Amino acid sequence: MALLQLERISAQYPGAAEPVLADISLSLGPQQLLVALGPSGSGKTSLLNLIAGFVTPSAGRITLDGQAVQGPGADRGVVFQDDALLPWQDVLANVGFGLELAGVPRAQREARAREMLALVDLADFGSRRIWQLSGGQKQRVGLARALAADPRILLMDEPFGALDAFTREQMQELLLQVWQRTAKPVFLITHDIEEAVFLATELVLLAPNPGQIVERLQLDFGQRYAAGESARAIKSDPRFIETREHVLSRVFSQRSATPRKELA
Amino acid sequence: MSSLDLPVTAKPAAAAAVPVKVRRSLSTRWISVLTLATLLLAWWAVTAAEWIEPLFLPSPEAVLGKAWLLMTQGYMESTLWQHLGASLQRIGLALGAAILTAIPIGIAIGHNRIARGIFDPLIEFYRPIPPLAYLPLIVIWCGIGELSKVLLIYLAIFAPIAIATATGVRTVDPARLRAAQSLGATRAQLIRHVILPSALPDILTGVRIGLGVGWSTLVAAELIAATSGLGFMVQSAAQFLVTDVVVLGILVIALIAFALEMSLRALQRKLVPWHGQSH
Repeated sequence: MALLQLERISAQYPGAAEPVLADISLSLGPQQLLVALGPSGSGKTSLLNLIAGFVTPSAGRITLDGQAVQGPGADRGVVFQDDALLPWQDVLANVGFGLELAGVPRAQREARAREMLALVDLADFGSRRIWQLSGGQKQRVGLARALAADPRILLMDEPFGALDAFTREQMQELLLQVWQRTAKPVFLITHDIEEAVFLATELVLLAPNPGQIVERLQLDFGQRYAAGESARAIKSDPRFIETREHVLSRVFSQRSATPRKELA
Repeated sequence: MSSLDLPVTAKPAAAAAVPVKVRRSLSTRWISVLTLATLLLAWWAVTAAEWIEPLFLPSPEAVLGKAWLLMTQGYMESTLWQHLGASLQRIGLALGAAILTAIPIGIAIGHNRIARGIFDPLIEFYRPIPPLAYLPLIVIWCGIGELSKVLLIYLAIFAPIAIATATGVRTVDPARLRAAQSLGATRAQLIRHVILPSALPDILTGVRIGLGVGWSTLVAAELIAATSGLGFMVQSAAQFLVTDVVVLGILVIALIAFALEMSLRALQRKLVPWHGQSH
């Protein structure tokens, strides 16, 4: 089973005085859905870019199953905020794109792509063009595309940030179902507090200047949803509300100069 | 009362809405058609009334008659079809060569800093020079054969395609590049599967512009000791003051340019249907 480890990672953009991330240590293993939550400027996206291999850390080590991460690769699937699908291919070809790059024969990759489309509830959408899809459908195609290449871990960069509230809730539930069925470790970044609390098995709260982890929480609301409890029941559970308010106060305490003591 | 009121208020609204829509969908095209018709009518009127001598402006009938004569008997030892064929062959050769060279060079310019440093000043240096200005140099270097004519048109087409390709490559969505990289794409696969299709709308626009410039360079190219071609036909007819052939030649050149532009637009719609769609 896959294990991602970040050991004392720092990152700095060339020419910048302040590092974007300082001394981040994380691990992501099987059955985990790690959510990084933070305001803009806290280095969430930089953290994901480091793991994906789009940028290299200025200090520290990132390993996946003991092997150092060097550059982007098919072992870490990425779902982007703005779907980043290829409009010159239809939906099926987009989902099978990773397999096409790997040289998998057409029949085989189309079968696999159909399987993945069924997994994200888009079974009949294979021959649609990308611009005929809604925002939520595009994100589901993006998810299916990342999964089709059978990565060891899945990285999601604010995947539901551009969706309307109603679609976002549906997508969160879909993600939990997919996570449960594929058993892939997921690293997801978001700025939506309720989303973070609902999805995470482990939640890390990032603070800016420089980006650092200020709190880690072990949560089980996502697992409860995956075990069959309804999303509404979970979200109206006093424990859920309490956790959400706690995280909310932590986020606000970072912003204001005087942190509220009773919640700290 | 209200049940009576409703249809009364609904009817004028519906009646008003329909004609407005119809008038709008036709208007632009009808304005264009009317403009052309007015122009033709004015041409016919001034020549029929003999306000202008045929030497300066021959009548539409005379030009049409000349067209028939040129198609069957020819002018300067070639029929209109042979002149047209010669011109189309030249521009076709030049376009083919330009596409084969300008697209790879454009990709290199957009993708690679060193290639940009080499080709960018060269293209920007020769592009603004009018083809007639460097025509003598081409004749001195390459002679008066077919090569010089094709080369002149080629140079005119090359720059717009290379520049458009480079722009297209530079503006590829970085998220798409990253998406392909995270799916395991190599450098060559990135170019083949992401960069080239992303730049295709720009490349086709470059071809459209290039073809327009190339076609307008045709007359200049056919000044070089040509014995056939539309440009040559107009040029030699002008020397003998055969105005109807000159007018006919201009009309044919314009018609071909129009047809090329329309077919390229159709090709663009067919090849890049996603262009102009929001993502």
